[in-house]
Amino acid sequence: MGAQLRVYRQRIRSVSAMKKITRAFELIATSRMVKAQQRTAASAPYTRAITRAVSAVATYSNEEHPLTSEKPGIDRAAVLLVTSDRGLAGAYSSNVIKEGDRLHELLRAEGKQVSTYIAGRKGIAFYNFRHRPIAGEWSGHSDAPTFEMAKEIAQTLITAFLTPNDEGGVDEIHIVYTRFVNMVTQEPTVIRMLPLEVVEGEEPPDEDDVLPLYEFEPSAAVVLDTLLPKYVEARVFNALLTSAASELAARQRAMKSATDNAEQLIRKYTRLANTARQAEITQEISEIVGGAGALADAGATH
Amino acid sequence: MPLEVELVAADHKVWGGEASMVVARTLDGDLGVLPGHTPVLAVLAPCVITIKATDGGDVLAHCDGGFLSVEHDRVMIVSDRADLGSAPTADR
Repeated sequence: MGAQLRVYRQRIRSVSAMKKITRAFELIATSRMVKAQQRTAASAPYTRAITRAVSAVATYSNEEHPLTSEKPGIDRAAVLLVTSDRGLAGAYSSNVIKEGDRLHELLRAEGKQVSTYIAGRKGIAFYNFRHRPIAGEWSGHSDAPTFEMAKEIAQTLITAFLTPNDEGGVDEIHIVYTRFVNMVTQEPTVIRMLPLEVVEGEEPPDEDDVLPLYEFEPSAAVVLDTLLPKYVEARVFNALLTSAASELAARQRAMKSATDNAEQLIRKYTRLANTARQAEITQEISEIVGGAGALADAGATH
Repeated sequence: MPLEVELVAADHKVWGGEASMVVARTLDGDLGVLPGHTPVLAVLAPCVITIKATDGGDVLAHCDGGFLSVEHDRVMIVSDRADLGSAPTADR
């Protein structure tokens, strides 16, 4: 076999092996994607109930709470980046990191010190490689986040927020996560988590759906005190869940185009291999014909 | 008119349906909710919630704290972790 032909065959083999891997990743991402969306849907009643309760307390009592009050003279901010644990998801993690960098610059331009919290191994690796300080990190569940992890993150952020400024506490906290718009679009998004602004989900409440005058047990202050950390947890959990769905969608798309590219390469190399084989055959035939002609000529002269 | 009850945990809806009475323990003590109860927003202690469903039978659910809201005969019980059954379940 000709050297050229052997090289092409080898390429085809290795590209087919790679195609199998990317195809498998694509299928896995697709099936997990469905689960991630179900999980987001399953957590919706909880988030809705908490949001409603918090707005009820906020509407009917004049309670002030440290989590909702703006601190005067903000000079320290924290940013939580939600990235993925694994690669092969296209630009998913780097988009979040880039958005985070933009936010850092913005905050620094306003004269604030910024500390960074990261969820997801990719973001952690990126920061460690560049020797950037990380204030807190979590990893291990980026494509199927658990409520326990959300709770832990929320607790850490709340503690940092409630620590007085001169003891290293922060005055505001932002989250950079990826919003899942649809299967083809996922947007890196920044929200300010703390101090809290209570937002009523996507749809505003109906006119006739007025919040009733609640009695609070044991008291409005205690209710608010219990609810607000839960509200933060629910929002962090929600951010993790949408990010997981986005990550899987990004991975599915990246792996789909990788598989398509592999198919294209295989087609191209098959053509080249065929040409090389044909050229080899043609060359052999012309050698044989040429050789036979030379022999016949030699016989005729004697 | 029966109560419309929903019991939700952080990652899933645990139970939903109609009931004639709901009993749960708040920080101040047990709270029983019957139809026509005044709107209330109460903080729950870790407890076993009893829901008397209209189709007969009691539904028991364990929750590790959270809150309960009542308005217009709609009862919403929200807890980080809640499971049917009277005993706390181990980590899933």
